[in-house]
Amino acid sequence: MPEIIFRTENITKVYDTGEVKVYALAGVDLELFKGELTVLLGPSGSGKSTLLNILGGLDHATEGRVWFDNTELTKMTDRGLTKYRRDHVGFVFQFYNLVPSLTARENVQLVTDVAADPMPADEALGLVGLGDRMDHFPSEMSGGEQQRVAIARAIAKRPQILLCDEPTGALDSTTGVQVLEVLRDINERFGTTTVVITHNAEIQRMAHRVIFFQDGKISETRINSERLAPSEIVW
Amino acid sequence: MQAIDRKLFRDFQRLWLQAIAIAVVLSCGVAILLTSVGMFVALSETRTAYYERNRFADVFAHTVRAPLSLVSEIAQIDGVAGVEARISGTAILDIPGRTRTAVGRILSYPEKTNPVLNLPLLIQGRFPDPAVTSEIVVNAPFAEANNFRPGDSFSANLRGQKRSFTIVGAVQSPEFVYTIGPGAMMPDNEAFGIIWMSERAAAAAFDMTGAFNEVALSFATGTNTASVIDALDDLLEPFGGLGAYDRTDHQSDAFLEAELSQLKGMAAILPPVFFAIAGFLVSMVMSRIIALERSEIGLMKAIGYSNTEVCLHYLMLAGLIALVGVLIGWVAGTILARSLAVQYATFFNFPYVIFHVSYWVYAAAGLAGLATTSLGALQAALKAARLAPAIAMQPPAPPRFKRSLIDEAMTKARLAQSTIMILRSLLRWPVRSLLTSLGLALAVASVIASIFINDALDEIVDLTFYQTNRQDAMLLFAEDIPETVLEEVRNLPGVLQAESQQFHAAILRKGHLSKRVAIDSRRPGADLSRVLDIEGRPLDVPPGGILLSRRLAGQLGVHAGDTLQAEFLTGRRETYSLTVTGLVDQLLGLGAYMDLEYLNALFRQAPRLSTVNVTLDENQIDDLHRAIKDIPRLTGIIEMNVNRRAFQDTIEQNIVVMNSIYISIAIMITVGVSYNAARIQLSERARELASLRILGFGRGEVSYILIGEMMLIALIAQPIGWLIGAWIASAMTNAFTSDLYAIPLVLKPHIFAIGSLVVLSATLGSVLIVRRRLDRLDLVSVMKTRE
Ligand SMILES: Nc1ncnc2c1ncn2[C@@H]1O[C@H](COP(=O)(O)OP(=O)(O)OP(=O)(O)O)[C@@H](O)[C@H]1O
Ligand SMILES: [Mg+2]
Repeated sequence: MPEIIFRTENITKVYDTGEVKVYALAGVDLELFKGELTVLLGPSGSGKSTLLNILGGLDHATEGRVWFDNTELTKMTDRGLTKYRRDHVGFVFQFYNLVPSLTARENVQLVTDVAADPMPADEALGLVGLGDRMDHFPSEMSGGEQQRVAIARAIAKRPQILLCDEPTGALDSTTGVQVLEVLRDINERFGTTTVVITHNAEIQRMAHRVIFFQDGKISETRINSERLAPSEIVW
Repeated sequence: MQAIDRKLFRDFQRLWLQAIAIAVVLSCGVAILLTSVGMFVALSETRTAYYERNRFADVFAHTVRAPLSLVSEIAQIDGVAGVEARISGTAILDIPGRTRTAVGRILSYPEKTNPVLNLPLLIQGRFPDPAVTSEIVVNAPFAEANNFRPGDSFSANLRGQKRSFTIVGAVQSPEFVYTIGPGAMMPDNEAFGIIWMSERAAAAAFDMTGAFNEVALSFATGTNTASVIDALDDLLEPFGGLGAYDRTDHQSDAFLEAELSQLKGMAAILPPVFFAIAGFLVSMVMSRIIALERSEIGLMKAIGYSNTEVCLHYLMLAGLIALVGVLIGWVAGTILARSLAVQYATFFNFPYVIFHVSYWVYAAAGLAGLATTSLGALQAALKAARLAPAIAMQPPAPPRFKRSLIDEAMTKARLAQSTIMILRSLLRWPVRSLLTSLGLALAVASVIASIFINDALDEIVDLTFYQTNRQDAMLLFAEDIPETVLEEVRNLPGVLQAESQQFHAAILRKGHLSKRVAIDSRRPGADLSRVLDIEGRPLDVPPGGILLSRRLAGQLGVHAGDTLQAEFLTGRRETYSLTVTGLVDQLLGLGAYMDLEYLNALFRQAPRLSTVNVTLDENQIDDLHRAIKDIPRLTGIIEMNVNRRAFQDTIEQNIVVMNSIYISIAIMITVGVSYNAARIQLSERARELASLRILGFGRGEVSYILIGEMMLIALIAQPIGWLIGAWIASAMTNAFTSDLYAIPLVLKPHIFAIGSLVVLSATLGSVLIVRRRLDRLDLVSVMKTRE
């Protein structure tokens, strides 16, 4: 049994829009394990991104507690969370979120400049297969290439956890597969705990663990005994 | 270089036109601050040093003739540290090779000792040998203007006696930093000089052996000026004292002081306006950038940049703009200060030039520029810092449009959809639209408030030079002489018309208020020099009293019909009770007028005059100058034509310079404001406009929205600008109104038109530049970008 890396205790997230209270998370208890690749599935609005943001220290839970290793995230100040993100977390977003005025290499350097023990930007880009596109600006790259730059940026700091919010959402299947290959490769090679949100149910087949979301709650957790390689996934 | 810094420079590069537009506005503030503060410090330090080293006196007094024995009594006055008595007089000079007369102010130079106060500083040659009474030194500007070298000589008409003098040196004096001849409006160093000669020669020339007619005092620290002046007046009273005065009334120092206060005013008014506009522009641009870069901000935070780092990142972008502005400002300010220093060098006579701007002034002006820019960016940067990282990752909530009464009205008015878009955007950002409008209004105001001065000066010149004083020249005499001299003057070559006029120094008193004035009297019906009211209507001074300008009456607290005491300092020095027969509104001076015949009767004297006003035949001017050099007791000639021309030349030159400066300033403000506003609109509207293009709208129709909104804002700015401009103009006329003159508030329609034209065309120009971007809009990429 692998070590637990994330543990949450009855976390809720309430958005008070004035007229109504929206329960984005309505009591989530969850455990994630070191080195695993977990896929989060669930309908739109079920609270997946909200959970991911809280795990990544981007957002605060309204109630409940979250532990990363043995430190409690929910007790941390903003400053502490910043340091936590800087030292431990890598993010990959659906819309890549590259800085348009920086080249691929510079986008990665944005992270390596502040991380404690980063790998060289070139190496990170090499890992995602973009060794020859390093000096290109985001506007000169395809969506899949941009997303791979975003992954390179996320892994360059050698994070303990990699949080990906619909990393293939904006991509076609071939490019999507390429991106997933990279994610699995990183997960295997470095043992990086990886969480991937997706709407594509097929992708669950490459995960160690699949978590289903419904109305701000976990409706089901499943462990795959057999995993497929991304190239075997069809959608 | 760190990646985040690289982003900074790339962002700056992308924004450089906008950045430059802001930086230029900022640089105006920095340059003006640098120039005004720098020159203020330089000028006042130079003055202080000069005054100290050359012991400029604290109090000055003139008398008719006082015995030298009085000097020791003056020295006894409480608080007096030094006394310098001397002889002074005026003479017409005959300079070889010069047909026109020059006038010299003659001062005695002590023979055995050095002067105690107002030490002349030798620039060239040597001081006169006390034994040789024909040796003189002259003030350096006079020597320079006339190309005098030591050894040159000229003659002077000293009370009817022609005497020849040899120049042995040129000096500068703290008393004559600014020299202007009697009755002149502008310095004319060629025609007016200061001459120092030995005491013996001066005494002989002005019949002053054993006597003096000018005295200067210096104080021990902490002395009460007023009490010394009173004591000195008491001592001089029996000897025809003309009233002691302190430095504030000293002509040369008063001019320096006026320049200093002008610099102070410049430093206080203009830079804050520029800084405010630059700050506003920075805040507008930064808010937009931060709205655009929401997701980048979120990203930076997600990957571990702290709030402070993000805040600093955006502050540094503003800092780069400030840096460019400050650098341009420093360069422009240095050039401006240098050209001002050159101007000072021609107007003011200092022995040493410390006209360099201190480094701390550069630092202070730079800091001020940096501070305003940071302040402008602060709100936006803090917003970036406060943005929660999770929220920053989501697209911004679409702005809430609510249907309002205005929308109902717009629909009812059946406005075109594009017009509705323009109006709705104005209303969506009311504060920003208003501030943009205000920025443009300030540009309009700056044009109006500067060029109205032309019309005001025109009016002054017309009233004083062409309507009040219609004579071609004034002949001045040393003292009052019988009016029979008028016949002699009429017989001089070239003289067509001659009229007499008298000036009497007097102190007018009413209750505890008093004012020292020159009472001006002439015969009724005088045609060359007239008394005019503010509308330009000539008045005859009613006999049996005194006519006062309203400004003077105000200072004395008298009304028409009141009686006041007039203490004449001339002639028999008698005091009379005079009825104020009327008040007259005037632009210039503290006029006090009496009928000449009434005055002669009051003085129980045969008709006399002190000045003759003449009209001349231009062709015989040279003959006239030759002739008057020999007329005894004539101490000067004021050529009004030359005066008018010099004054107008100077004014016109200044006006051309000032107008171009202010119009450039207005253009810079306009471009700064409208270019940035249009760029921001374009950036906010890019998707909207691109969608319209995709839907099949033509370029013209789409640019109409962009241009229309900006021009509408500019149009709204016009009436506001007119109001602000008129208000500033009237504030300026009030501020400039002094003891001596009033600037009339002349606001002709054309200046409003010029202001609007300048600003509207600069706005249109700026929007058209932005429009070119619209033409190049890449429809596909705009629609692809997420916002
Ligand atoms: N800032 C906010 N204010 C109000 N409600 C919010 C806000 N952010 C999210 N929500 C609500 O919280 C709920 C959960 O949102 P979340 O983004 O976590 O969903 P999701 O599962 O990621 O959906 P999707 O698959 O569409 O990305 C939704 O109902 C959403 O409307
Ligand atoms: Mg989501």
